[in-house]
Amino acid sequence: MSTRTTTPSGIDRSTRLRLYRLMVELRDFEQRAYELFLENLVRGTSHLALGQEAIAAAFGVAMREDDYTFCTYRGHGHTLARGASMAGAMAELLGRANGMMHGKGGSMHLTDVTHGAMGSYAIVGAHLPIAAGAAWSAQVRRSGQVSVCFFGDGTTNIGTFHEALNLAVVWRLPIVFVCENNQYMEYTPIRSVTAVEHPAADRASAYGLEPILVDGNDADVMYDTAVKAIGQARTGKGPSLVEALTYRHGGHSRADPARYRPEAEVREWLGRDPVQRYRERLLAAGIDEGALAPIDSEAQAKVDQATEEARQGPPAALEEIEAQVWADGGSTWRN
Amino acid sequence: MAQLTFREAVAAGIAQEMERDPLVYFIGEDVAAAGGVFKATVGLLERFGPERVRDTPISEQAIVGAAMGAAMTGLRPIVEIMFSDFLATCWDMVANQVAKTRYMTGGQVSLPLVIRTANGGGTRFGAQHSQSLENWAMAVPGLKVLAPSTPADAKGLLAAAIRDPDPVLFFEQKSLYGTAGEVPDGEHLEPLGTAVIRRPGRDCTIVALAAMVPKALTAADRLSGLDIDAGVVDVRSLVPLDTRTILGEVRKTGRLFTVEENPRLCGWGAEIASIAADECFDDLDGPIVRITTPHVPLPAADVLEDAAMPSVDRIVNTVKGAMR
Repeated sequence: MSTRTTTPSGIDRSTRLRLYRLMVELRDFEQRAYELFLENLVRGTSHLALGQEAIAAAFGVAMREDDYTFCTYRGHGHTLARGASMAGAMAELLGRANGMMHGKGGSMHLTDVTHGAMGSYAIVGAHLPIAAGAAWSAQVRRSGQVSVCFFGDGTTNIGTFHEALNLAVVWRLPIVFVCENNQYMEYTPIRSVTAVEHPAADRASAYGLEPILVDGNDADVMYDTAVKAIGQARTGKGPSLVEALTYRHGGHSRADPARYRPEAEVREWLGRDPVQRYRERLLAAGIDEGALAPIDSEAQAKVDQATEEARQGPPAALEEIEAQVWADGGSTWRN
Repeated sequence: MAQLTFREAVAAGIAQEMERDPLVYFIGEDVAAAGGVFKATVGLLERFGPERVRDTPISEQAIVGAAMGAAMTGLRPIVEIMFSDFLATCWDMVANQVAKTRYMTGGQVSLPLVIRTANGGGTRFGAQHSQSLENWAMAVPGLKVLAPSTPADAKGLLAAAIRDPDPVLFFEQKSLYGTAGEVPDGEHLEPLGTAVIRRPGRDCTIVALAAMVPKALTAADRLSGLDIDAGVVDVRSLVPLDTRTILGEVRKTGRLFTVEENPRLCGWGAEIASIAADECFDDLDGPIVRITTPHVPLPAADVLEDAAMPSVDRIVNTVKGAMR
C-alpha cells in the first residue's frame, strides 16, 4: 500500500509530477526555440515565456480535455500545455510544411483545435471577447466546457478587456480570465501607465468579481487557483478574473535584451524561477531525485525529437498561399 | 407571394433559418426587446425566446468577438452592428480576427457567422451614421460581402448567408428598409455569388448595388425615352463576385457604367471597371464611367446629402452625356 504525498491543499504526488514535467517541457521548448532563432532557423519573431511556465502548466493540468484555451502571441506554452504536438509547434516556428498550421500562422498564432487550443492571438486583447464567445457557445450547448483566456498585463488597459469582462459577468459565462502580469507591457513597466497598482485584480470589483492576486511562479498555488476557478465556471457560477504575478526571463520578443529592467529586479525574479523552485519543493517534500531526473532527461529528449522532426520537414508548400481562405478550402472570389 | 417591406423580409430571413437550425443565435444592441432600431427584427424575441435572441451592451468588439468564438465552437451566430459606421469600432475583430483565422490556422477553424448592418445615406444622419462601407469589407480577404436591393433578396440572401460556412458581412441599405416587394412564401434562398440582370439593355449596361439599383432602373426608364436602351445589373454579391453575368452584359452592349453610393476612391465599381478593362477591352465602345458619391464624408443637410449621392438625374445625365 502506498501513501499519497499531498500538499496542505491536497495536490497529490502524481499531479505534482505532471506539473513539474509540463513546466520542464515548456522551459526546454522555449530555450530550444531561442537557440534556433539565434541559428536563424526561426524567422520572423517569437515571444518566449521563459519564467512564466507555472501558469500555463497549472491550467493545462487542471483543464478538462474538451475545455478551450485562448492565448496570446506569447502562447507556445499554453498551446503545448493542452497536449498539442511539440514537433508541429517547432515546425511551425521554422516555417515548414509539417507545421501545425502548415506554415501559415507562425510563432504568434499557434493553434491546435483538436486539443482545445483555440488560437494564439497577436492583437492585444482581441481574444478576450472571442474566448467569451466560446464560453457562450458552451453555455447554450450545455456542454459543460470551460473557456480559459490568458493575456498579459498590457491588455488590462484596452477596451476589449472591459467589454469581455462585462459581457461574461452579465451572461454568467463559464470562463476564466487569466492575467499574466509579468510587470512589463513591451518595454514600459505596466505600473507606470496604469491607474491602479494591480492592473487586473484592482479592476475586478468594477465587474462584481472577487479580486484574485496570486503568485504566478508557484505551480501549487496556480494549480489550486485554476481548479477553483474552473470548477466555479463549470458549475454555472460564472467567470473569474485571476491576476498571476510573474516575470519573463528574457526580453519582449526575439533579440530584445531587456536593458530597461533594473538588474536587482531581474536578479530577484530569477531567484523565484518557477521551475527551479518547484523542483526544490518536490525534493523537500520527499520526492527523490530518482523521480525527477528522468523527467528532466525525457523532456530534453522530447524537445530534441521535435526539433529533429521540424528540421526534417520540407519548406511550407506554395499551394498553401491560396488555400483555406474559405471553408471549401480555396480562395476564389469570382467566377 | 406576399408583399413585405425590406425590414420585414430581413426578419423573415432570420426567422426561416432560426426555425430550421437550432444552432442559429442572434445578438446585438436593441435587437431583442426593441426589435431593432430600424425595426428589422421585430417578433424574433417572442418567437425564439431570450436565449436565442439576446440584447447586448454597447460593446461592438464583444458582440463580434463573441460571435466569432461561438462560431468556432459550433454555433451559427448572427450579429447586428446597428450602423455600418460602427464597424470602425470593431474592425480589428472583423478584419484581423474573423477574416484571417481560418487561413492562419491552415483551415482548422470554420467561422459560419453573419454580421448584419444598416448601411448608407439618405436619412440626414450626418457623416458618422450614413457611410456606405461595403468597399471596406470587400478589401479584406476572408469576408463574403452582400448588399441586397429588394425585399426578396433581403430574405433569400440573408438566409443563404446564415447557412454559408464562411463569415458574411450583410449590408442592409437604410433607405431601402421601407420599400416593399413580392417575397416568395415558404423557404427562400438566393445563392451567394450571383448578380441579377434586372433589365436587359442593348446600348449600355448600368451596374448598381443596393439602393442604387432602383435609382438605376428609374434612370433606365427615362433613358429609353431618349432612345438609349440601358440595361441594369444588380451586383448584390460583391464577394464572391459574379463577373460572368456582369461582363456578359458589357460584352453585349459595349458600354459600362457603375452607380456606387460609396465615396469615390476604391469603390467596388473600380474593381469591376478594372476587370472589364482587362477582360473585355475589345468589346468596349467607349470609356467606362463610374457614378459615385464624391470623395467626401456625407453631409447632413437634405439638400447637400441629396446632391452628394448619385441621383436619378445624375445617372441619366451622365449616361446621356457619355453616350452622345
